[in-house]
Amino acid sequence: MNQIIIVTIITLVGIGTAAAVILYFVAQRFKVYEDPRIDEVEEALPGANCGGCGYAGCRAFAEALVKNESWDDLYCPVGGNENMAKVAELLGKEAVEQAPQVAVVRCYGTPEFRARTNEYDGAPTCAIAHQLYAGEGGCPHGCLGLGDCVVACDFDAIHMNPATGLPEVVDDKCTACGACVEACPRDIIELRKKNKKDRKIFVCCINEEKGAVAIKNCKVACIGCSKCYDVCPYDAITMNNNLAYIDPVKCKLCRKCVVVCPTNAIHEINFPPRKTEKTEAVEEENK
Amino acid sequence: MKLKTFSMGGVHPPENKLSAGREIRELSPSDVVVIPVSQHLGTPSKVIVERGDQVKVGQLIARAEGFVSTNIHASVSGKVSKVDIFPDSSGYRRLAVQIKVNGDEWVETIDRSGTLVKEISLDAEEIRKRIVEAGIVGLGGATFPTHVKLTTPRGKKAEYLIVNGVECEPYLTSDHALMMERSSALLVGIQIMMKGLGVEKAILGIESNKPDAISRMQEITRGTAISVQGLKVKYPQGGEKQLVKALLNREVPSGGLPIDVGVVVFNVGTVHAAYEAVQKNKPLIERVVTVTGKYLKQPSNFRVRIGTPVSHLIEQAGGLPEDTAKVINGGPMMGKALASLDVPVVKGTSGIVLISNEEARRKAVIQCIRCTRCVQVCPMGLEPYLMMNLAEKEMFERMETERVLDCIECGSCSYTCPSSRPLLDYIRLGKAEVAKLVRSRKAV
Repeated sequence: MNQIIIVTIITLVGIGTAAAVILYFVAQRFKVYEDPRIDEVEEALPGANCGGCGYAGCRAFAEALVKNESWDDLYCPVGGNENMAKVAELLGKEAVEQAPQVAVVRCYGTPEFRARTNEYDGAPTCAIAHQLYAGEGGCPHGCLGLGDCVVACDFDAIHMNPATGLPEVVDDKCTACGACVEACPRDIIELRKKNKKDRKIFVCCINEEKGAVAIKNCKVACIGCSKCYDVCPYDAITMNNNLAYIDPVKCKLCRKCVVVCPTNAIHEINFPPRKTEKTEAVEEENK
Repeated sequence: MKLKTFSMGGVHPPENKLSAGREIRELSPSDVVVIPVSQHLGTPSKVIVERGDQVKVGQLIARAEGFVSTNIHASVSGKVSKVDIFPDSSGYRRLAVQIKVNGDEWVETIDRSGTLVKEISLDAEEIRKRIVEAGIVGLGGATFPTHVKLTTPRGKKAEYLIVNGVECEPYLTSDHALMMERSSALLVGIQIMMKGLGVEKAILGIESNKPDAISRMQEITRGTAISVQGLKVKYPQGGEKQLVKALLNREVPSGGLPIDVGVVVFNVGTVHAAYEAVQKNKPLIERVVTVTGKYLKQPSNFRVRIGTPVSHLIEQAGGLPEDTAKVINGGPMMGKALASLDVPVVKGTSGIVLISNEEARRKAVIQCIRCTRCVQVCPMGLEPYLMMNLAEKEMFERMETERVLDCIECGSCSYTCPSSRPLLDYIRLGKAEVAKLVRSRKAV
């Protein structure tokens, strides 16, 4: 009885030792050198694996950070400048600073402004509805309201507002990873420069149709009248295909364009309330 | 006679051919017509008229741009009131020509008499030229330019002409009506197509739910090289590949066309249009459209000028019934619901089907129970449940290897799914993405 136990133990220990020795040499022979810094950098990154940097995940991005000479195209929007500086210190490189951004939904076609002319009961994703037809409100550029952007967001930063049927971005949670921008089949969502106190001025419409056509479907559509273009003192506004666009970098948040827009298509967000009536403000500024 | 059919998959939706046996009624044009410049598969045509121009019926208003494109003609006489963008059946806006109707003045060269011209005096090349000029496209619904199909690619030889009189979509009866009323013209049309293709043999396939059309066509084709074959009723027999399989037992290879097995398929509507173009010099300016629905007063077959608004057709068929949930452009299986009734009838409009609330009601979508019914009914031998999963997960490369591009979008899978899953919607999405992938690969 005892003998059996002893033989078994000796045999197993023998096999184990032999295997360990073989494995040790094999491991030495086929060793893949990996820069230890990659692990360190990965540790320092936010670890969201969102793909906002353009790489498959944080590990792939860490590899690129270690290997690439130039860091011009490398930026983690989730960690931001602070995090990039930390990583740069680890590797003894210089991080390229970028202005923080935030996702902005450029459509305000609520049922009040954009009457629903039909009802969609197909598969509840924007991608499919977009492929099928113009949408419940008839605007071929407007938000379909089926929430592909909400599904795409890894940070719980975009939600559908049931009252308006439109998505709303939670600025504090948004990391500007761009997942929603990618998910939106109509390119309604844009990443724009983040301003102080989350202030924003943007054209809340991407309809490129002629004014008369656009306004038929939606009362708050940009009709391409160029009034904002004329009034902007900083040349921040460009007109293209019947649509105004405010360059987020050039814009100095003076709010002059907001006042002149006849369809209220230009939105100002997180500004203190104006002291006087809109019309008076224009007169004052004109003086 | 033994009835043939295709072997793989297929479903049997209720036929509901309410307008069967109704005569084709000529519909007088509405006051204003809107003629889109992209009514076919391929490059949009180029508008050659301007606002304010007077046009006659049959006058060219948009010229084909390149080979895979077609001419477009004025379907009414009057004044061009706008050349602008108008919503098409999907609600997206496309370039179109709006004409305000004034009188009914035709281009002089068109033979408007009712006499049947049997003698085919033109040769193959001239036939093709006439068809190009007349702007004829496949009237079964796919609207592929007919002259492209008539041009046999180098190294391939057409052996058979198949004429598609299947009309497997429920509700639709326009092809049926055409076969009953215009059988002699169709016979000449088939002979024209045979001459144009240089083939000796032609087969006309008709499903057995139209026995009157089968006997009529059999009678009229007696003693010719055209045979009429009755087919077992099964959807989607009207698909080119299914029809070739049913009639000749030949299988079109994956990614291929019927010409790869020596066959060219035309719809009876297309053949009739070819007759009118070649023998009567009449361009494609009107077509037969079925307007039908369970609660519609007079389900009808109308001969309609291209560009007439759908609302005009419904009015003429007794007005929009109160219980209407959806108005479908095309048949109920493959057609798409319209977002507005102001859209015009185009070359590809085979029918307008009004669906009641009860018929349109969707069941709640639940999870896939792996019953494989979708696999059993897929006429192309695909796995729709897998395709939907892949499309949801955006695994488009895998979809390509699963041959998603072979999907003919017949909708049998969605129709049969006991969990009411929107299989075809996702497959279509995947198809579009895969097509994009293929294009980008070609571009490199």
